[in-house]
Amino acid sequence: MPVPWTSPLVEKYRSQYGSALEGLTYLGQNYLAVDRALIPNILRLLRDEERFDYCVDITAVHYPKREGQFDVVWILYSFSRNERVRVKTQIADGASIPSSVSIWQTANWLEREVFDMFGIQFDGHPDLKRILMPDGWKGFPLRKDYGILQQDKEWVQINLGIESGQ
Amino acid sequence: MNAPAKDGTKEISGGASSDADRNVERNVEREDSDRNNSARNNSARTNLVFDNPDKTYLDSNELIINMGPQHPATHGVLRVILKLDGEKVLGTECVIGYLHRGVEKIAENRTYTMFNPYVDRMDYVAAVSNGLGYCEAVEKLMNVEAPPRAKYIRVILAELNRIASHQLWLGTHALDIGAMTPLFYTFRDREEILKIFEKYCGARLTTHAFRIGGCQYETYAGFEKEVKNFLNFVAPKIDEYEALLTSNRIWIERTKNVGVISAAEAIALGVTGPVLRASGVKWDLRKAQPYAAYSDFEFEIPVGTNGDTYDRYLVRMAEMRQSLRIIEQAVERIPEGPIMAKVPKVIKPPVGEIYHSIESPKGELGYFIVSDGSTQPYRLRVRPPSFVNLQALDIMVRGLLVADVVAVIGTIDIVLGEVDR
Repeated sequence: MPVPWTSPLVEKYRSQYGSALEGLTYLGQNYLAVDRALIPNILRLLRDEERFDYCVDITAVHYPKREGQFDVVWILYSFSRNERVRVKTQIADGASIPSSVSIWQTANWLEREVFDMFGIQFDGHPDLKRILMPDGWKGFPLRKDYGILQQDKEWVQINLGIESGQ
Repeated sequence: MNAPAKDGTKEISGGASSDADRNVERNVEREDSDRNNSARNNSARTNLVFDNPDKTYLDSNELIINMGPQHPATHGVLRVILKLDGEKVLGTECVIGYLHRGVEKIAENRTYTMFNPYVDRMDYVAAVSNGLGYCEAVEKLMNVEAPPRAKYIRVILAELNRIASHQLWLGTHALDIGAMTPLFYTFRDREEILKIFEKYCGARLTTHAFRIGGCQYETYAGFEKEVKNFLNFVAPKIDEYEALLTSNRIWIERTKNVGVISAAEAIALGVTGPVLRASGVKWDLRKAQPYAAYSDFEFEIPVGTNGDTYDRYLVRMAEMRQSLRIIEQAVERIPEGPIMAKVPKVIKPPVGEIYHSIESPKGELGYFIVSDGSTQPYRLRVRPPSFVNLQALDIMVRGLLVADVVAVIGTIDIVLGEVDR
């Protein structure tokens, strides 16, 4: 089970944001569970003040039974500290989250992939559209309610001219 | 699902034929170099508007052409939409996903053991690295560690695979640029690595060499000797590749100052691997956060200075030599002992999540795994180096010629199986 993560970084931001932010550590890996309202400020502060200059990955996890259905996860790395940290926040289905493209350019494609797979909207993204799935595809494949054999039959029939992709 | 509706149209409808802007006044005063600079400064932030071709000061229409998805120089099914002014590239947009197989979705429906062979199919020219990253990530999640002998076997095979991957890259990249000989040289020598793989685990490309907890197979009789023979065989071959290219006038003309990316740009774009190192950032996960047995070995991190295609070539050539050094030390010092840690038959990591990444031949390959305590991953995310590095293509080719796009696609070293997953 994750245990509280004590470090000057967590102390600093806890004194600033209080209980909206929680530092946790599991298997030697640290992460910050933050309120949706702190995004994107906390990400910008982590880059500018704590030198997490490399955004490794942005991804999401779907928990359909929870009220805030999605965990959005940023994996950050700092070259000067040689340290990783993850930032996690919960958002509800249909809610949007500010884009971090202005903080790290690499977020462009990563956010597009999260949108493509989960249907999470990133406000302020310069060009939020599907990246791996075809443009007209209906449904978001990595949601838990999307079955592994499920497909957009209509798209397949119109675009591929076959009855079924299976 | 009250998910947002998606506008299904791509912004390329207008294409080159749109004459709507015929009346745009000439920008005679706009200098050529200014144009380059402004294109570069705006890159990656602004997105191309493809349906409004602009008139240039030469009074030629801007042109939008499509490269791929069936194009031999795109290394697979990559489609690049190029916005051109004559021969000069004003901007690009990559269209990817043609090879999307839903690897992350498949992972959620397979057990940890069953998913292991799937990772080989992402970066299929460096299958060993994929397997190494996956097995180590699951081991970390279960809090077990592979025995030392298994770690050494892993290092030897992963480094052999790095050489094989770089050889394949060099052969195809040189072929794209017009040098045909290196392809035959590198494929001839890569064969020796594949023979070792085949003898070790029965497969040449999608090796499935490792298991969660260690290795499935003990090394075969004569493994060490064969690897040593290979080291002696390939070292002069690498010199041979360099003799063909390093001071070759045509090669230099085609690669020097082509596809330049600065260290700051590379970091902002999350670029890793040889592309980042060629821009002068001395960062390699094998040194920064050692995994497997890498902390036991002495090796250097080769870096470049200019961040151009030529430097990336030099960095990869130097990396191959460093890999030889690592393999040499590993074969010398490989310890005796078990090759499999004590792991249960049914793999059920405790509830929790882990991110583990390794230095694959292409850059940082990471696995983010969320476990709900069952036999299947609740969520498995692959952080593919090719996908992230490909995003830098746009910034690297702006202002260059069409022929250089081919060189730059080659130099990023992408594998579409990993880009699309």
